[in-house]
Amino acid sequence: MLKINLHDRVAVITGGTRGIGLGIAKALAACEAKIACIGTNPEKLQSALKAICHERNSSTGGVPLEFQEEVEGYLCNVSVTEDVEQTVEKILTRFGRIDILVNCAGITRDVPLGAMKDEEWDDVIGVNLRGPFLMTRACSKPMRRAKRGRIINIASISGLIGNKGQANYSASKAGLIGFTRTVSKELAGKNITVNAIAPGFIETDMTAVLPAALKLEIKNRIPLARFGSPEDVANAVLYFVSEEASFVTGQILTIDGGMIR
Amino acid sequence: MASTEERVINIIAGQLGSDAATITAETDIANDLGADSLDLAELMIAFEEEFNINIDESDAQNITTVGDVIQHIEKAIKTD
Repeated sequence: MLKINLHDRVAVITGGTRGIGLGIAKALAACEAKIACIGTNPEKLQSALKAICHERNSSTGGVPLEFQEEVEGYLCNVSVTEDVEQTVEKILTRFGRIDILVNCAGITRDVPLGAMKDEEWDDVIGVNLRGPFLMTRACSKPMRRAKRGRIINIASISGLIGNKGQANYSASKAGLIGFTRTVSKELAGKNITVNAIAPGFIETDMTAVLPAALKLEIKNRIPLARFGSPEDVANAVLYFVSEEASFVTGQILTIDGGMIR
Repeated sequence: MASTEERVINIIAGQLGSDAATITAETDIANDLGADSLDLAELMIAFEEEFNINIDESDAQNITTVGDVIQHIEKAIKTD
């Protein structure tokens, strides 16, 4: 993993309980950031907090730290305005600041267009697009006050090139890319950078459900001939949040093993 | 040109959706008007932009009433 110094920085990660989000939360914790981890499943949240603390611990060479001070979990549906406002308020009360926001919460409801139900469209747009809007609107307030901040949106190559059965998902991710570009312009004056990452196929619960034959077919289309790991994405997040990336905003970085060009 | 007090009250009323007529210099922004820390952050940004001043986080923490805001702004404008 990349190593940067995020001591005393407060990072909020939605969808931080598993998959790419958990990988990102662990990577930020390993760089000594304080973590506000947001999820919707109480058991998954608890196990994620343990994993994040463990990562934080290993990074300091086994010196015991008071993790309760450094890592906190929040149950929150990011598509619900009141939930988001209350959660961000709680995070501010607890940590006093927000330096980094990673919008990673995402769901799929894959169905061919003709069979797609209204709820399947609304649920995906709600979590994947309305969620980042609500989270960014709330978290950008303390960032604008502090005149510094880093926002990273986790999009998808599905939002760039489309993917059969994902009219809802690819629309949400393409929307998130447009959102990233606009918000990066609006917040640039406040020294806040906003970037997006478009992962390709990454080994997570989301892709674990794909049929084996399809996985093989996908792998054959990836020049680097493997699925990515959450760490592959987390490393890019570390770059975007680093001081060294202070001149980089409004960018969409594809991490897909060379699949799309 | 509206007075500093009028401009401050209008900003607060606009942000918090409260009635400007009920706000005075003695009004406590958090306790009387129900502003939470997100509202306060947004208000401080609005004051900074309206009056072209800087309000440090440490100064912001000492601001509780509308009068505190006006005092800070007038001090900031003078020393500018």
